[in-house]
Amino acid sequence: MPSALIGILFDGIAYAMILYIISVGLSVTMGLMGFANLAHGAFAMAGGYLLVTLMAALGLPFLASLPIVFVVVALGSIVFERLLYVRLYRAGELDQVLFTIGLIFMAIAATTFIYGPLPQAVRLPAYLMGQVDLGFRSFPTYRSFLIVIGAVLILALWLGLERTRLGAQVRAAVDNRRMAESLGINVGRLFTTTFALGSGLAGLGGALGADILAPTPSYPLEHIVYFLIVVSVGGLGSIRGPFVAALLLGVMDTAGKYYVPDFGAFFIYVAMMGLLLWRPHGLFGRA
Amino acid sequence: MATPLHPIDQLGAWHRIRPLELLPWVLAVGYYFLPNSNLPLGTEILTWALFTLSLDLVLGYTGIVSLGHAAFFGIGAYAAGLVARWLGWTEPITALIFAGAVSGVAGVISGLIVLRTHGLTLLMLTMAVAVMLKELANKLGWLTGGADGLQGIVIDPIFGQFRFDMFGRTTYWYALAVLFLAWIVARRIVHSPFGRSLVGIRENATRMSAIGSPVMLRMVTVYAISAAMAGVAGALLAQTTRYVTVNVLSLEYSGDVLIMLVLGGMGRLYGAFAGSAVFLVLRDELSKLSPYYWSFGIGLLLVATVLFARGGLLGIVDTLWDRIKRWRA
Amino acid sequence: MTVALETRGLCKNFGALAVARSIDFRLETGARHALIGPNGAGKTTLVNLITGRIAPSSGQVFIAGDDVTRLAEAQRVKRGLARTFQITTLFKGLSVLENVTMAVGERENTTANMWRAAGSRRAIVEEAYGLLERLGIAADAMRRVAELPYGRQRLAEIAMALALRPRVLLLDEPAAGVPSTESAVILDVVGALPDDIAVLIIEHDMELVFRFARRITVLVEGAILTEGTPAEIAADSRVREVYLGKSHGADHG
Repeated sequence: MPSALIGILFDGIAYAMILYIISVGLSVTMGLMGFANLAHGAFAMAGGYLLVTLMAALGLPFLASLPIVFVVVALGSIVFERLLYVRLYRAGELDQVLFTIGLIFMAIAATTFIYGPLPQAVRLPAYLMGQVDLGFRSFPTYRSFLIVIGAVLILALWLGLERTRLGAQVRAAVDNRRMAESLGINVGRLFTTTFALGSGLAGLGGALGADILAPTPSYPLEHIVYFLIVVSVGGLGSIRGPFVAALLLGVMDTAGKYYVPDFGAFFIYVAMMGLLLWRPHGLFGRA
Repeated sequence: MATPLHPIDQLGAWHRIRPLELLPWVLAVGYYFLPNSNLPLGTEILTWALFTLSLDLVLGYTGIVSLGHAAFFGIGAYAAGLVARWLGWTEPITALIFAGAVSGVAGVISGLIVLRTHGLTLLMLTMAVAVMLKELANKLGWLTGGADGLQGIVIDPIFGQFRFDMFGRTTYWYALAVLFLAWIVARRIVHSPFGRSLVGIRENATRMSAIGSPVMLRMVTVYAISAAMAGVAGALLAQTTRYVTVNVLSLEYSGDVLIMLVLGGMGRLYGAFAGSAVFLVLRDELSKLSPYYWSFGIGLLLVATVLFARGGLLGIVDTLWDRIKRWRA
Repeated sequence: MTVALETRGLCKNFGALAVARSIDFRLETGARHALIGPNGAGKTTLVNLITGRIAPSSGQVFIAGDDVTRLAEAQRVKRGLARTFQITTLFKGLSVLENVTMAVGERENTTANMWRAAGSRRAIVEEAYGLLERLGIAADAMRRVAELPYGRQRLAEIAMALALRPRVLLLDEPAAGVPSTESAVILDVVGALPDDIAVLIIEHDMELVFRFARRITVLVEGAILTEGTPAEIAADSRVREVYLGKSHGADHG
């Protein structure tokens, strides 16, 4: 394989990990409650900013900050879910869209107010910088780290869904909500939990990806299209579908920027439209 | 109290113009003569009111949620801008009609494609059409000016008589006249059997098919009409500012027009007027104070509208009016 | 007697599940026909196949002798096929009169018109109002459908179908969920339908079925079990078995 292609695949997969970790929660939210949460990217942005703050202001090391980001964003999202989102579960799609656009605007304003309009840079620790030599070729250390940690997270997530009680409940409820309710599953509480986990993961993804997608106030608006592509192409409610979609998008986007820098994004949108017209419910979604 | 009309007569009288419907026009004309009127802002409001009105036909009346209506606004803006810049088509009115026609054709094509889908897929596809076009406009820099915008648009005087002066007097009247004509068309449409069938689709598309209505055809038709109207609005922007940026195709513009409509009130024509005026005046005022005041304020307003005032501003006015009537009765 | 509606070998499979198995069915002009069968027998599926809401896996549908299998739902309506829904399907935010006016206007093919005011076509509105009078809901003409009691919503549902002046009318459980005090009105309306309409009614209420129908078709597990006059159906031991269960039949020897 030509060296450039390997590099593209490598970067593409690292990018895909970030896209997936951020978006998977959105897929579950939309599949489980049918909630069109356009503000999902705000949780990813919060993760990025939190990481910057923890490291710069409190002097915490990078690796120690990551779990804190996950927990804080997850807990914070519960407040939003209980206070605000819960009021719109039965509302129409338009109301949900408008409501979450409103949240995006408020998030942008609040972030600009606190951090200013410029993008924040994450100071990666020295051991994650530079290149790592794998014998036949060397790769950027941080991207390798992203792929490894992404793979671990995804494995944990999938195993968790297969093996744990919570996972079984989520699968049952996405499959058939009414049936799940009649089996005694408290779908409301289940949703709060998955919402928190999904938002926490988004926060973690935002933190991990802060080097690729720098935290800026317009983050939730700038990247929402890609997160939504991952979810809609993967298939609502699906856990694995978005992973395939993220891989496709990550690699295509990276390859596009490399080979056709002028029209990369254009082809991605064309491909997405074609795919959604061919399969309106996404690759792994059900009618 | 007068005895209420027979139901048949109520339906028969429903399309007649009520005095209150003329209020926006009185205000718009009156504003021109105010000593400290801000005519460029006024023209901007009139332009966006037209754009919002076009969305009302699709969203407010037919119930089609679009996250990419800026696609048609942008197509119209570029159509008018490009023919003026490159082909020397500087006569404004024919260029405006041309821009509307181009957008209308785009509406037919994209409508036939995207309106087959529902829900998230429809949202994604409408959004994709707009971002795709934006991407295209961005990359065709030699044609569109790319990120720097299309400059050097020359526009002839209207009817060969009225020059676009630097105080924006001509542009204000021009935009007002175009909006007025569009309002007449939109008002006719929503009161017509076709317009009622759109409301039928919004209320219950299943029932619409079951009474024999060609739902898809109706939706594509209104989508095209709305696209043409949005295109005229975009062309108006291009002509009155003599400048087009890729922003005309952006997600922000699609979002802004949606917010204006919801803020004003959907499915009632005049919500488009109230919403665009309030939105743009607020933005103008709040942005002077600080950019994030505006952003936070509009976000809060939107959240509050969804939670507490689904009918928008005019919905609130309706409720108050009903209370006053009941209190007086 | 001419055949108003006919199906030939109508099949529908959802994956491995066959919900309609080779259904041959005829409805003659002026028919008063009931379709009965236990829950899940596929009655509503059959209605959806006939109206074109869902496409058959195989088989054909004819209206007045014309093959309409390839026609969309709306086009079949134009051929004279009208239905009511088991779950009330109306324009809930609009007034009752507007609902029915919409149906009359659609029948008269006025809805492509974008210029003339809908309410100014007085003949259409008057006809819609006349229908409301006939069904006894004219007093509610200007009320929004969502505000009506359920029984009157069901009447509005029937008015919508009648507004289309159908030659074939499919009534999917017209009295379902209506308190018995109000269902009598619905029965009277159904009983007074014009003679030239072929009517197929799906109903669980056997009293209604036997009062109304001159012929009855029994559907079980997606296939026609038998068809006959009410007397024949009442005497059919297989039908009793389906409805009362095999164990019940065995108890009584």
